[in-house]
Amino acid sequence: MAETLPRPHEEEPLIEGNQTYSSLTETVAGVVQRQKDHPKSWFVAFVLGFGLVNVLLLSITYLVYMGIGIWGNNQPVAWSFDIINFVWWIGIGHAGTLISAILLLMRQEWRTSINRFAEAMTIFAVMCAGMYPLLHTGRPWVAYWLLPYPNILAMWPQPRSPLVWDVFAVSTYMTVSILFWYTGLVPDLATLRDRVKNRFAKILAGMGSLGWRGSAKHWMRYEQAYIILAGLSTPLVLSVHTIVSFDFAVSILPGWQATIFPPYFVAGAVYAGFAMVLTFMIPMRRWYRIEHLVTMNHIDWMAKIMLTTGLIVFYGYIVEVFYAWYSANPYEQFMMWNRWHGPYAPAYWLLILCNGVIPQVLWSKKYRRNLKLVFAVSLVVSLGMWLERFIIIPVSLHRDFLPSSWGMYYPTVWDFAMFFGTIGFFVMMMFLFVRFIPMISIFEVRELWSRIRPRHADVKEVEA
Amino acid sequence: MSHAIEVAQGPKVYGYIAEFEEAEQLVAAARKTAEAGYKDFDAFSPFPIHGLPEAMRFKDARVPWIIFFCGVIGAIVGYGLQYYVTVFDYPMNVGGRPNHSWVQYIPITFECTVLFAALGAVVGMFGLNGLPRPYHPVFEAKNFARASEDRFFLVIEATDGKFDAEGTRRFLESLGPAEVNLVEAEEV
Repeated sequence: MAETLPRPHEEEPLIEGNQTYSSLTETVAGVVQRQKDHPKSWFVAFVLGFGLVNVLLLSITYLVYMGIGIWGNNQPVAWSFDIINFVWWIGIGHAGTLISAILLLMRQEWRTSINRFAEAMTIFAVMCAGMYPLLHTGRPWVAYWLLPYPNILAMWPQPRSPLVWDVFAVSTYMTVSILFWYTGLVPDLATLRDRVKNRFAKILAGMGSLGWRGSAKHWMRYEQAYIILAGLSTPLVLSVHTIVSFDFAVSILPGWQATIFPPYFVAGAVYAGFAMVLTFMIPMRRWYRIEHLVTMNHIDWMAKIMLTTGLIVFYGYIVEVFYAWYSANPYEQFMMWNRWHGPYAPAYWLLILCNGVIPQVLWSKKYRRNLKLVFAVSLVVSLGMWLERFIIIPVSLHRDFLPSSWGMYYPTVWDFAMFFGTIGFFVMMMFLFVRFIPMISIFEVRELWSRIRPRHADVKEVEA
Repeated sequence: MSHAIEVAQGPKVYGYIAEFEEAEQLVAAARKTAEAGYKDFDAFSPFPIHGLPEAMRFKDARVPWIIFFCGVIGAIVGYGLQYYVTVFDYPMNVGGRPNHSWVQYIPITFECTVLFAALGAVVGMFGLNGLPRPYHPVFEAKNFARASEDRFFLVIEATDGKFDAEGTRRFLESLGPAEVNLVEAEEV
């Protein structure tokens, strides 16, 4: 099947160099095995992340002690950093599912080098996202009230509300992402179990690998389950961000009530997610010398997906302007006027610059292969996507229908402490991940190599 | 009791294992083993090889069915939960909508379908594979640690009706492996 597909990248192979199954295994598993061999940059990044995690812990402690009054949101802007960051993080996670599930179903073989990494990113990003609604309840210790269970209060969550849909969508997404990631990890943990010398590491990897022994019968069921999991994850990821967008679209607020929201949010999620994958992958491939697995082609294609989804997002911005004009609704029109000329106008124009203008440099193949530039653009996109949620949430809320209820929103130091704290948590988890878990799916790389490797005479033909 | 008998007869045999260097060799060997009439045999490889289950004449479509039924159960549970809550246990008039407002039940029904199906996929797949199982006799076979790296193995088990120590060994050697070795059975 796969052999009959056209391979436009034949001249530039997906795995570079003269490799063997062993050398590929060694490249990836070696990162985990040689614990003393990590670059200094690992340590610097980890310490930075760990420092910010402490800021996060402080800010959570103070939040639980004082209540959510320490944040800047109040009437009329009741939702702000908590929801902005929730949506931002969830969106970042979506690239992982896209890479691992949708690209698998589309038989995009280049996903093999980046899917494990992107899936890990999904899990940690969803963890960061989950903190916000839990803490925004003000009483995270009773967060289980969100779940439907028979209780002595004789109350149930209201299944007509998108906020309750969110609970189901995000918790399902988290569970399925972990299942998908762990299932992919089992054969690689078996590889680690067979390679590591350290007894403690061997026992851990052995337990994690569940006794995987690579039986052909097991592999067959494994692939059946894996491909169907991908098929389940694909509509799941679309549903998650659709439901997140329903949190806004179902309301009547100008700037929120828009039918374009679900596709526009999903595209924005993929856009931000690919930006984050690039932000981490560009330094990582260099530090861990995996440039022959994550090639310039990979960077190029990810940049192309970023450009495409960025254009969809930009189309969304244009449609919002069109809606405001075409609705002939003075509140809708004021909402757009307020974005352009109101007190938060600089944020709007910065958003257009970050998400609409700067990423257009990626049209050029030369720039897509300029690592420093792609890295810079992906940081700009991350900022832009954060600004997008800022424009949608507080800027729509601060001036609604009744001028007497208008107000201004200013974030406090605790808003920022928590935001940077979750970034630190994400960085710390990612760096722990690359150190202790194979960051590339070794068995999938071997499988890919078995099909794309050059067929020399030294490959033994089947005898007789 | 049986222990003493085993000692008297030497190690109990789990089967014979042949080691190959290339995936193509393993597929060809598996095909010939199936053609020779062996039933209880298994192949081991560091990655899934397409065409290998077919060569072994191994078929199993239970995993997709398990996933399907789990998904159906998830849909029923998700929808049923919302129906029970909003119609029977906690009816509430929200903007004049009927208690049974099915359109708004769709998102949660969908999420529950996916959740149950995904759990069914993972639990069903590992369950049918008999995992977790930390120990297995083939782990003791020579070089078997490389089955998770770059070697390909074929095991014919002693439970097979056609198995006879000398004949099976010679048969495996005729398939052109790098090595053929004995696998001892686990002592009970």
